[in-house]
Order: sequence, then structure tokens, then C-alpha cells
Amino acid sequence: MVDTSVVLLGQTIAYTCYVLAILALMTWFSWKVTRQGSTAVKPGLFYAFVGLLIVIGVSLHIITHETIPWKSMDLNRAEIKADREFVIHVVDHRFVLPSGKLVIKKGEKARFIVTSDDLTYGFGLFRPDNSMLFQMQVLPGHVNDILWQFDRPGLYSIRSTEYSGPKGINMIVRDAVEVVE
Amino acid sequence: MNFFQTLLKGEAGLFKPDTLTPVQKMTLRFVVVGLVYYLFVVVEGMIMRIFEVTQIPAVTQTQFFAIMTAHPLVGIFGSTYSIVFGAFLFLVPFLMKKPLWSIKMGLWTLWLITIGTFIFWFAGFVSHYSPLYTLYWPLPADFSQFSVVGGTFFILGIALVMVGTLLWVVNIFKTITYTPEGWEKQPAWPLLKSALGLTGLRNLFSKKKKEHLVPLPVAAVARGTVDTAFNALVLTFTGVLILVYMVAALLGYDLKHSAIDALLYKNWYWWGLDLIADGLVLIFVAGTWYLLATMITGKKLFMENIARAALFVEMVVSWTVWSHHLMSDQAQPGLLKILSGEMVTAFELITQGLAFAITLITLWSARPLKMTNPLKFLLGGLLGFALAVPAGIMQADLGLNRILHNTQWVVGPHVHVAVLVGLTMTLYSAIYLLLPILTNGARLWSQKLASFHFWAHLIGGIGMGAFMGMAGLHGMLRRALYFNGEFNLYMILAALCGALLLLAFLAFFLNIVMTVGVQGVIGIFMPARTKTRELLPAEK
Repeated sequence: MVDTSVVLLGQTIAYTCYVLAILALMTWFSWKVTRQGSTAVKPGLFYAFVGLLIVIGVSLHIITHETIPWKSMDLNRAEIKADREFVIHVVDHRFVLPSGKLVIKKGEKARFIVTSDDLTYGFGLFRPDNSMLFQMQVLPGHVNDILWQFDRPGLYSIRSTEYSGPKGINMIVRDAVEVVE
Repeated sequence: MNFFQTLLKGEAGLFKPDTLTPVQKMTLRFVVVGLVYYLFVVVEGMIMRIFEVTQIPAVTQTQFFAIMTAHPLVGIFGSTYSIVFGAFLFLVPFLMKKPLWSIKMGLWTLWLITIGTFIFWFAGFVSHYSPLYTLYWPLPADFSQFSVVGGTFFILGIALVMVGTLLWVVNIFKTITYTPEGWEKQPAWPLLKSALGLTGLRNLFSKKKKEHLVPLPVAAVARGTVDTAFNALVLTFTGVLILVYMVAALLGYDLKHSAIDALLYKNWYWWGLDLIADGLVLIFVAGTWYLLATMITGKKLFMENIARAALFVEMVVSWTVWSHHLMSDQAQPGLLKILSGEMVTAFELITQGLAFAITLITLWSARPLKMTNPLKFLLGGLLGFALAVPAGIMQADLGLNRILHNTQWVVGPHVHVAVLVGLTMTLYSAIYLLLPILTNGARLWSQKLASFHFWAHLIGGIGMGAFMGMAGLHGMLRRALYFNGEFNLYMILAALCGALLLLAFLAFFLNIVMTVGVQGVIGIFMPARTKTRELLPAEK
């Protein structure tokens, strides 16, 4: 499965290119609108722009559905059998793990089932350089589960990704998940 | 005039508050209140920016989160609502060519918002009540972390703002539909249908086209006002719900949190709250762009019928878009995530893109234009939304949301660029444009300061959003603190850009004070000399 850092790199490149293009467009427009010249704009150009917006708006989600593997996996996770399951409880701003370290073999699909006994929290896995692997919300009174395929060895920390009051900022379990060969 | 004389009497003594009509005074009071609360927001924002870099001893962690709770609410209600409500209470009757329905009700709105904002800000400041504006259940009723008394006053402050908001909604719709004394009977129902877009909708399917009875910007105000009303009702209901828990706690009863389903609450709350972010803001901004473009150019709006239709679509979109805030909630049905979260949200790219193009083409039709303050700030506002809307569309994708939700990406390139660059620069454009009209001919003190204001705000706003976004892409969460300098490079750069925003506002504030003078500012808050219901003084 493609790594989330690769997807983020792709997003960074795409959005940076877009930002540079829109800055160039607005600079050009600001210059030209103060100068003499033709004022006519063909309706066809406008409708083509509208068509382009529709194509971009619709195709973005289709493209990500086909290229980001965890998207379809997430939507169909109830039908997918996990190689490993971890049940985690959260209560009073603390993660209660089933064991000291959650060990997963490379290539396995792991399901994390997280429940909260009191507040709304978040559940995210982070690399040692603090970048995010994935996250989900943890709502009290509901089953919150996420399925993830781990394709490379690594060590991850668990961190709450949702604000649950000032006490929540220390909700970190360092090196809690290890993916081994 | 020397500096101190100008500070006292305003640029060349041109601003004379005694000449103002009651409606002009009311509108200017709204603007002054809005700008003062904007100063609160910028200073608080700077405190948080510094705290993200290094935890200064003057601020505790609980105070930091109390600031974070009040910051967006003061920005939305105290600042933006004040400026926008004041401007529309002037512009709707101005464009409809009739008096405002009730000046007294307008003043009630002003003071309810002013006092309500101060109460919830002060309650948070003193008690450190900090469940954040998201109020995810049952956090606002978690009295093991928060003061129940502080929370009660906080919610009461919000409730006052909501009452003021509902009075404003009534005032706007009554102004559109009522018949002023001595006038021929106005067709209230056809006016309302035109304002809400029902006439335009009928015209799409009928051979006999009916004329639009209200100008396009008024139609935009009316449609945004529908969202404003729904939002106020949802927030009021939610506030009452939280108050029930607070009052029970004060009386010694501990009500069960599980009586309210956290997911249902979150859906309800985001349905209402999103009527601001993805509803009235976008609709009001589009309407303001159209108004500014036509006033700057003196030309008819390009593709006006499509613009009206897009405003109607935007209103419907805003009612069905909330689920993009729940894409990381695994219990939320997948169908809602795809239909409401992804597909309907993508419509915002289309509706805002249409407004962007229609405004630019209208400006183009009048070239060559002089690069005035209203024009340059309008272009800045257009750029802000052109940057922020696609950033939002990206995070409203099920795949990307998994790695972007609750990171600094959401609050940087999307929220802050939309609000600071897109929305605020649009408001500045309106303020620069309306200043001579509302002040009966006051002249801006310094064009150099206005130019500095423009560049510092534009660079500061985009820069801050960009560095927050870079931190987010590297995993930095919003609503969190990092103690080992993990993201300090980005946070220092974001703080420098924030400082530029503060300097920009101080330059603008000084310029406005020097334009109208301290005596003029005081005069704005004195009772009007004339009792006329006309918007502007009679021509001499």
C-alpha cells in the first residue's frame, strides 16, 4: 500500500503548483485591468470555465478513490477480515492498551477498535519524526474502528488527535505500535 | 493642521458627526465595535502564535485553550457579524431605496452583540472555560475540567449574541418586504419570493419570465440571512441544552452525559455551525463581491441570471454539506460521507468559482480601472477564496481527510486564509468604498498607510496560512501543544507573518482614527441630531 507520506508529497506538489498559477493569474489580471484594451469576454470562455470546475470537482474524488488504497478499504472495512485486532479503551484522558506494545507483522492488516468511556477523543498513529500515518475520531457510546495495512517496518506512537480539554494534550503513548519484518 | 489637531478633529476637519443621520451613526457604531473586537482577535492570535513557539510564563496552558475557545467566536460574532450586520442594515435599505424598517431594533442588535461578546470573552478569560467552539459532547458539560459558573456565563453571552442575530434577521426581511408610511402598498410576498430566489427558480421553468423585484446584492443578503437564522436557532437550542446540564450541576444534580448521543449531537451541531462557514459567509461574500464590482465599475454584472441561480444553489448546498466535518468519525454512515461530505462539498468549488469569475469579468468589462483601495482589497479577497476553497475541497476527500483532519492544514491554508485574506479583505474593500458615503465626505488621512495595510495584510495572511499548512502536512495537529520545539521553524515563520497582520491592522486603525478624529469617534456614539429615517442627509 502506498505510504501516506507519498500521498502528502503529491498533494504538496499539486497545491503548490495551483497556488503559483493563481498568484500569477491575479498578478496578471491586476496589471491588465488598469490598462486600455479589449473588454469583451466571450460567453463560451465563461461556460468552459464552469465546465472545468465541474470536471475538477467530480474527478478529484474519483481519482483519489482509485489511487489512495485506504479510501476504498475504509468504506468496505466491515467486509474485510483483519489479520490482527486490537481493542483499546480510552478513559479519563488515558489510552488503555491490550498490551505494552502492539506488534504487527509487515504486510498484515490490523484493525484498531477504540472505545471511549467519557469524552470525545482522537486516535492517531505518528512516526518518530511526528508525521502522521492516520487518525480517526473516538466518540463515546460508539464503536470506532479503523483498518490499516502496514507494508513496511516501523515504530509508531499513539496520540489523541482531538481536543478533549487541556488535560488531553499529554495523551501520547510513545512507540506503542511496532511493525516487524 | 498638525498631527495632534488631526488626531483630535480628523483629516482637514472634514468629518462632522453632527451631520450624520441615525442610520449612518448606527452603521458606524457597528463598524467601530467590529474593529475593536478585531483588535482583540489579532492580539489573542499573536499570543497563541508566540505560545506555540515557546510557552511564555504570563500565559498558562488552560488560559491558552480559553483564548483558543474565545478567539474564533470573538472573530465571527464580535467582529465579522458586527461589521457585516452594520453594513447590511445600511445597504439593504440603500439598495431597496426605502428606509430601514426599525433603527431601534438595529441598535438592539448592536448592543446585544457587543455585550454578549464581551460576556463570553470575559467568562472565558476569568474562568478559563475552554471546550472550544466545536463543543464536542460531552466536553462543554465536563465540570471536572471546567467551571460550571464560568461556563454558564459563557453560554449566556453566546445566547445574547444569538438574540441580537435573530432581531437582525427580522429587521432585514421586514425591510425588504414592508411598506413605509405614506408609500403605495408594497407586494410583500413577491418581494420575498424574489429575494429568496423562488422567482428566479420559477423563471427557469416558465416561458413567462417575471422581473426580479430586488437587486442581486439584496437577494444575496436575503439568502445568507436564511442561513443566519437557522444557525442562530441551532446554536440557541444547543446552548439551552448545555445550560440544562449547567443549571442542574449548580443545583447539585449530576445529569447523565450518555442521555445525549455524541454522534447525533455532532451531526446536529455541525449542521448548524456549518451554516456559517459553508453558508452565510460564502453567500454574503459573493453578494458583496457583486455589489463592489458593480459600484467600482458602474457596469451591470456579467451573467446576472447565473449569479442569482448560483446563490440559490449555494444556499441549498449549505444545508446539505455538513458531513465533511465528520469524515473521520467511523460511526458516521459512509453514504453521508460520500454524498454530503465529498460530492455536495465539491459544489462549493463550482459556486465560489462562478462568483470569482463573474466578479473578475465584470471588473474586466470596465478596464482601464484605477487601482483604488476598494479595488485592490477586492482583488485580495478574491485571491483569498481562490486559495482557501480548493484547500478545503482537498481535505473534504475521504482519502486525504484520513491524513489531514485536525492538522494545521485545516486551520491554516483553509480557515485562516479564507477568513483573513478572503473574507476580511472583502470587508476592508467595502469599508474603504463606503467610508466617504457613511461619513458624508471624510477623506482618508494617509494613502501610504492604506497601501502598507494592503501589502502587510495580504503577505501576512497568506504567509501565516502557508506556514501553518506546511506544519500540518508534516503532522502538526491543531488544538495541541508541542513541548520540544518539534515544529518551531514553521511556527516562528507563522508568528512573523502574524506580526505583519497585527502591524497591518494597527496601520489601518491609526489611519481611520486620523481620518475621523477622536472627537469624531466619540461623536459617532452620541445621539443623532436629526430624527430623519432617511439613510443619508438631504442634499443642500
